Amino acid sequence: MPGAFDFDVIVVGGGHAGCEAAAAAARTGANTALITHKLSTIGEMSCNPAIGGLGKGHLVREIDALDGLMGRMADQSGIQFRLLNRSKGPAVWGPRAQIDRKLYREAMQSELADYGNLTLVEDGVEDLIVEGGKAGGVVGQTGKRYRASAVVITTGTFLKGVIHRGEERIEAGRIGEKPAIGLSDRLYAMDLPMGRLKTGTPARLDGKTIDWSQLELQPADDEPTPFSFASERIGVPQISCGITFTNPETHKVIADNIHRSAVYSGAIAGRGPRYCPSIEDKVHRFASKDRHQVFLEPEGLDDNTVYPNGISTSLPTETQEAFIRTIVGLENVRIIQPGYAIEYDYVDPRALTHGLQVKSMPGLFLAGQINGTTGYEEAGAQGLVAGLNAARLVRGEPAAAFDRAEAYIGVLIDDLITHGVSEPYRMFTSRAEYRLALRADNADQRLTNKGIDLGVVGSARAKMFHVKHQSLESGRQLLKSLSLTPNEASKLGWKVNQDGQRRSAWDYLAYPDISLDQIIAAFPEAGGLTERVRRQLAIEATYAGYLERQKADVEQLRRDENLQIPEDLNYSAVGGLSNEVRSKLEAVRPATLGHAARIEGVTPGALVSLLAHVKRRQPERAAG
Amino acid sequence: MPGPASYTGEDTAELYLHGGAAVIEHALDAICSFEDTRLAEAGEFTRRAFENGKLDLVEAEGVADLIDAETRAQKHLALDQLDGRLSRQYEVWRSSLLNALALLEVSIDFPDEDDAPDETREPVARTLREMEASLEKALADDSVGERIRDGFHIAIVGPPNAGKSSLLNKLARREAAIVSDIPGTTRDVVEVRLKIGGQIAWVADTAGLREAADVIEAEGVRRAQQRAASADLRIQVRAADDRTDFSECGEDDLLVVNKIDLAGENAKWPDSAMVISAITGDGIRELERIIANIICAKAGSVGAPLITRRRHRLALESALFHVKQASDLITRGGGAELVAEDVRLASRQLSGLIGEIGVEEILGAVFSSFCIGK
Repeated sequence: MPGAFDFDVIVVGGGHAGCEAAAAAARTGANTALITHKLSTIGEMSCNPAIGGLGKGHLVREIDALDGLMGRMADQSGIQFRLLNRSKGPAVWGPRAQIDRKLYREAMQSELADYGNLTLVEDGVEDLIVEGGKAGGVVGQTGKRYRASAVVITTGTFLKGVIHRGEERIEAGRIGEKPAIGLSDRLYAMDLPMGRLKTGTPARLDGKTIDWSQLELQPADDEPTPFSFASERIGVPQISCGITFTNPETHKVIADNIHRSAVYSGAIAGRGPRYCPSIEDKVHRFASKDRHQVFLEPEGLDDNTVYPNGISTSLPTETQEAFIRTIVGLENVRIIQPGYAIEYDYVDPRALTHGLQVKSMPGLFLAGQINGTTGYEEAGAQGLVAGLNAARLVRGEPAAAFDRAEAYIGVLIDDLITHGVSEPYRMFTSRAEYRLALRADNADQRLTNKGIDLGVVGSARAKMFHVKHQSLESGRQLLKSLSLTPNEASKLGWKVNQDGQRRSAWDYLAYPDISLDQIIAAFPEAGGLTERVRRQLAIEATYAGYLERQKADVEQLRRDENLQIPEDLNYSAVGGLSNEVRSKLEAVRPATLGHAARIEGVTPGALVSLLAHVKRRQPERAAG
Repeated sequence: MPGPASYTGEDTAELYLHGGAAVIEHALDAICSFEDTRLAEAGEFTRRAFENGKLDLVEAEGVADLIDAETRAQKHLALDQLDGRLSRQYEVWRSSLLNALALLEVSIDFPDEDDAPDETREPVARTLREMEASLEKALADDSVGERIRDGFHIAIVGPPNAGKSSLLNKLARREAAIVSDIPGTTRDVVEVRLKIGGQIAWVADTAGLREAADVIEAEGVRRAQQRAASADLRIQVRAADDRTDFSECGEDDLLVVNKIDLAGENAKWPDSAMVISAITGDGIRELERIIANIICAKAGSVGAPLITRRRHRLALESALFHVKQASDLITRGGGAELVAEDVRLASRQLSGLIGEIGVEEILGAVFSSFCIGK
């Protein structure tokens, strides 16, 4: 029946991007299908069994603030929670956890099996249905057609994926899985800009054959910090990870065989991440170091598989075994599955909008590793944005985007679509200009309201948020209403400026040498605030002065972000642009003036020209 | 001027100042000392004008070129016009900031790495202290101030005993430099402030360029060469003789043949050279007129560099503020993220001089110095 659709939104792929995309679309009320070739691998962690960290933990909190899944699933399956950077300020605390792979997969699968508006379909997607230049659904393995108004592709590293191990070459997406040929042919035929990347993974070890008694152990935090704002506490038993080191003997084995490493033999053209070098790279580039740290991370409570974090490699299997067995504690280890490097094509994300829609193919959205990123968290964040926007497109609503001053999600997507990638893109807090504002602790305060407006936050979450928001607000008001003169403060032993100025409890919170407890003691009225509210307000007060100073900056950013540049702008009609600037603008086709300003090489003069041109077009459009 | 009948459409005030650079300099000083006052960003007035509907497309595009030209000129001036010492200084500041940022960011973003130092306070504090001292020194440097105040430097150069000091004395109308018949009398740079054609100029007499007889003269020659290289105008002086040689002069140099009163019959020189006698005064008036013309022609472009230098000074002051703040935070045990914030702001303040320090560059420094990666 022409014009009839099976679904509003189809999500292809059941990884971290796919799960968030499908759930986000479904939460907005769109009739959504998640199609993947194997339902049993939904929520699989194909690389290291950990979630969070610096920047990444921030992303998980943001996904959670928008009522996404990753945070809650991790809280149900985390077996070693650690809050990184505890000794530094709260803006750079990074929640992180080792995850039990099986528990995570099970949690995700049971969550999605019972998710409103969501249908799970087991089928291999072979092709995309394109009608009138728009994406209109997908074709399954047996030729079955699934029709939808928007399609989100989250297929990870399947584009021309090649696994390298020593001299071996295996075409695959992930070990043991066939790459999807039909769908990739379709994407290649669309003539999108593509690039090639590589990444690697270490061997998996049998934990029963590790001599743990020789190893230093790293325990979980005494009090686990959950990812989700909705999680009260962590119920999963906590374990320790082992720490060991490579040694000169290890390095000798590697150096002697380095010509057999796929990376060093020249077999790999794709660019690998600088922050995740193979052990060959480490030994080669940092030859003066006589040891490198290796974390031995158990993959689950009842799983003996251990992930040796720090020794990813593409050496031949026998060399892997030889060098691993030189490491303390691993002398008799059995390798369950050798490590490998994987090379794959990605779509240059500059072909996408801020909503992650392919500019040249309305209705088609891309999220996750296919866009040149790495990491579950980066994938999940993109998935959420793509799913949300696919659903909005179906309903004829304008695309939703997050800016750099409100979310790491905004930083992530803006970086991708502005600069493209030259190595798999990973989030770091140093990428955020407004790092002090974009904290893990306030992700809900930054984003949940917006999520409610966008319809992507469910009612239970919204209610929880309003309660917390209200109690924070009244706590803030209370602390601002209580005050002391400098004289009174100095009687308490506080060092303050004797300028006769009354200061509020809120002001005193910002003093690094006055503790929260001292303040509560000085202002008994504040004793009624819950521990959670007190802590949150103390963090806010710490950064309040800095954020005040950033205000003008953020306002300027928002003004520029509000100046939209039409996507079909003819840049050769814009006078005053050099050829160089023009070709850069044409490559990215920035969405806003602010976006244009962030493209490397775009000058202040060029921005004035662009502004002039865009402003002139607007009244014409309104008139016409 | 009340809006909307102004260039930007907003309420504006324009100051028309008489006199030279010093007046402008003081006026800028006074204005910038108000709170909530800053120099406009590149293209800011034009942008406001456009946003308020005061410019049409063609006008705005015309101004766009000018804005870029000015932005380029400002950086160029910062790096090239001042002597090499300062541009090397910019390089040092840049690498100090990059180094401090890399150390701070590695401790923040890679807390779980064996090779990444968890505590980078000490080296960062050291770097910041050094930077603070050097920014303070640069800001207190009077020679920079002098350059800002006048903007026009003339160097008299040439071989020993060409009569350079006599020419200076003639122009100065007093015995500013010691004159003798002994080649190599002038050892150091002698500088005189003169008013030529209504403009203030600094005229420097320099040691004669030759193989030096001793270390003191050698130093004099080195200084002469440096001054000549940084001058806005070089007056190349040669004694008139039968092989007056201007072969090593620059295209824009003013060629002067001196000692015309002593010239023999076979003396010859290029047609483009001015002919004078610093002793009798022949040709001096004509020389002054030509110098004045050159200064006036260049004075048209003196306004912009002045703002530029004011901009640089403000940038240095603001960077110094943030470096001090960061330094202070480190001493008081403030969080690495707060220290990093001030160092980031300092580097942003200096970006007009040293170029932006982008996150990719910082990460590049991190990954090349530390073995990061699990």
